[in-house]
Amino acid sequence: MTTPLLSVRNLRKSYGALKVTDDVSLDVASGELHAIIGPNGAGKTTLIHQLSGSLPSDSGTVHLAGEDVTPLSMVARVRRGLARSFQITSILDGFSVLENVALAVQARSDSSFRFFRPSAGETALNAEAMTALDRVGLADRAGRRAGSLSHGEKRQLELAVALATNARLLLLDEPLAGTGPEESAILVGLMRALKATHTIVLIEHDMDAVFALADRMSVLVYGRVIASGAPDTVRSDPAVRAAYLGEEEAA
Amino acid sequence: MLNLFLIQALNGVQLGILLFLVAAGLTLIFGVMDLINLAHGALYMIGAYLAATLTAATGSFGLGLLLALPATLAFGLALEVLVVRHLYGRDHLDQVLATFGLILILNEGVRIVWGAAPMSVPVPDALSGSVHLVGTLHYPLYRVAIIAAGLATALGLHLLVNHTRLGMRLRAGASNGPMVAALGVDIRRLFLVVFGLGAMLAGFAGAMVAPILSVDPGMGDSVLILTFVVIVIGGVGSVRGAFVAGLLVGLADQLGRTFGPILLRSVMDASAASQTGRTLAPMLIYILMAAVLFFRPSGLFPARGSR
Amino acid sequence: MSTLVARISAEPPRRRAALSGTALAGLVLAALAALPLAAEAAGLPFLVVTATRMMIFGLAALSLDLVLGYGAMVSFGHAAFIGLGAYAVGILDAHGIRDLAVQAPAAAVTCALFALVTGAISLRTRGVYFIMITLAFGQMAYFFMVSLAAYGGDDGLPLSGRSTLFGMRLIEGDPALFYLVLAVLAVALLALRRVVASRFGRVLRGSRDNAVRMQAIGFSPLPYRLTAYVIAGAIAGLAGVLLANQAEFVSPAYMSWQRSGELIVMVVLGGMGTLVGPVVGAAALIALEEVLAHYSDHWRLGLGVMLVAVVLLSRGGLAGLAAKIGRRA
Repeated sequence: MTTPLLSVRNLRKSYGALKVTDDVSLDVASGELHAIIGPNGAGKTTLIHQLSGSLPSDSGTVHLAGEDVTPLSMVARVRRGLARSFQITSILDGFSVLENVALAVQARSDSSFRFFRPSAGETALNAEAMTALDRVGLADRAGRRAGSLSHGEKRQLELAVALATNARLLLLDEPLAGTGPEESAILVGLMRALKATHTIVLIEHDMDAVFALADRMSVLVYGRVIASGAPDTVRSDPAVRAAYLGEEEAA
Repeated sequence: MLNLFLIQALNGVQLGILLFLVAAGLTLIFGVMDLINLAHGALYMIGAYLAATLTAATGSFGLGLLLALPATLAFGLALEVLVVRHLYGRDHLDQVLATFGLILILNEGVRIVWGAAPMSVPVPDALSGSVHLVGTLHYPLYRVAIIAAGLATALGLHLLVNHTRLGMRLRAGASNGPMVAALGVDIRRLFLVVFGLGAMLAGFAGAMVAPILSVDPGMGDSVLILTFVVIVIGGVGSVRGAFVAGLLVGLADQLGRTFGPILLRSVMDASAASQTGRTLAPMLIYILMAAVLFFRPSGLFPARGSR
Repeated sequence: MSTLVARISAEPPRRRAALSGTALAGLVLAALAALPLAAEAAGLPFLVVTATRMMIFGLAALSLDLVLGYGAMVSFGHAAFIGLGAYAVGILDAHGIRDLAVQAPAAAVTCALFALVTGAISLRTRGVYFIMITLAFGQMAYFFMVSLAAYGGDDGLPLSGRSTLFGMRLIEGDPALFYLVLAVLAVALLALRRVVASRFGRVLRGSRDNAVRMQAIGFSPLPYRLTAYVIAGAIAGLAGVLLANQAEFVSPAYMSWQRSGELIVMVVLGGMGTLVGPVVGAAALIALEEVLAHYSDHWRLGLGVMLVAVVLLSRGGLAGLAAKIGRRA
């Protein structure tokens, strides 16, 4: 078997006595869309923070394409091709849509310690940014102020920014959060298209979307992975039905 | 040499105690209210002026000091209600501008009311003279009294912060303000009490130094900066940190001024050493601050992470 | 799509505003260039001195805007750089080095180094810590100069005369100094305009608006913030060089923390993150000082009341008020 693009081993994080992630291990093969599901408070967002490097782990390792990235900061991991989107929309409201994306291109192309040439006029940066915007269907919004976009468009912009980092692996933290049915359909279509070119770790509450998109999935309950595998296998796993679907029905 | 060292160490402790009194309130104001208050030094100045005036009016320093305390408290409370209260939750930059404005008003107001010339307050008769310590060493009784009064206040504060209901709220507020508000504590009253307490402590410090320093309109400014150094070293929101850092800064400053040149004499000639020492000594505490920050960016006793 | 790219890159969103701004700046520049002649004709030569002073502090406020307005770093020690720049002139002058070609680079390098060291320590922290630490470092520089008895200490240090430029006594007269200051200010303004629009400036602005987002696309804000801090320090040092020349005297008072506070007031009143605004703010504050000082020795009281009132009465803070006024104008 080839080396998985993302390999997580025995990852742990506790706050005092509370184990938020507890011995999480999972592999994500190149080209796979791996969904992580679980009830609220299962530790999904904490896990994303640990994977992206914004939160240090207590123990365990994260390997990206065979390289141990556990001690690396978020910035260093982004440079190695691991990009994330945010659950709460996090874009530069005061910048244009194009500039939001162009900044991500700028981050990986040459030095940003250039002081005199106007960055807004750099055609190479803008062209690459437009490619990313085009992929998420926002090309016609490029000149708009990012803060003026609709909620769904902002979620699309988040995706475009993550794409523009040239990531090999996208960590998407609830990309559908707060979107209506129409917006959500657009985003699901987008993610389906992204699957062709990117390896994706998707955290999502919308089960229809998850089962429509995922190649494999892991179920996180109280910080532990209780099941991992193809959607159908997971769906019929008794532990999952008891712990997760049971709670859904109860709720 | 040993006598000189002891004298300077005592001077350092005395300065440290004063800095602690000013810093204790201010560190809580930073920590609990997340308010940067540049005008805190002005309250120290107000305390000194009120003590000077009331001493002159009553003819007794003890009475003057005793009356100056509630007067500074009232002044602080009025300031909180009129201006400071409206700054909570605002941008730090707004707080900087408004409290900078307050300093201008208070410094200028003092000049208008009391004039620009320094005022002096005589050391009370009962506390004049000096005490015999060891060998040939004598130390002014009044300064001993300052140290004693400061330590007593520090003990009182320690009991207040660690063993009372108010103290519990203060500590909770310093480590997590929004949570305390969410738990239904009357945050307005808590803030008012903290600000008033801080004002009174600063005023107390100002009143106590009135007999040994000249009382003048700029006296609050230099203390403010030293207080900032103390708070940064001790950790925002930590009264214990303010105490330790106050003593540290006081000792470093006083000992550095005297012994810096003496130590330098071992590596350079006497006149160069005294020249260099005199230039570097005032910088010592800032270097100390930089060093502490380098290793502990949120100070020695952080009440919460630096933000 | 490629046509779209071309259109967007040819037409950045704020181009029109920038254009009218440039036209206005040109007009102001022309008016300023005529000022010494007009002042002479009107028999009011002191106007040239006042205007020079305004522009010197405008230069300092402009540099602070890079830190405060574009970097969101509330630096309360900016006057230290003015003082260090002034002392570079004073100390070199005392050793017989009187040429700006040496003094100005020496001042800029000294200030850049001081900014590099103090910035590297201060920028490890944020919020109230950063404010207090920059203030403390500013005071450290102040006390250093106060105790530097060899160069006047507390009393300050008179210069032997104004600096020469490449050996020539070009700025002996007040109008000549005025034009030099105007030229330096104009160049600094234009240069910083480019800097804030450059790649570097874009990262700085992005980090101001959302540091976590910047990290998530691969930028660590610290080196950019530190660089901005160093650039601003060097420019403020140049302001100090000019101030020393105007007064023919250097004093620790240039770097007192009240001065730092006034610089912040200039930037905020004029409009943070606009570059031109802080220059206008500096002129306004100095004009206000002159007017208030004319009526009363206690003019600072008036300034203080104004500051408190403006902050208390404007709900979105001073910045909000400035933006509101800007929008109406």
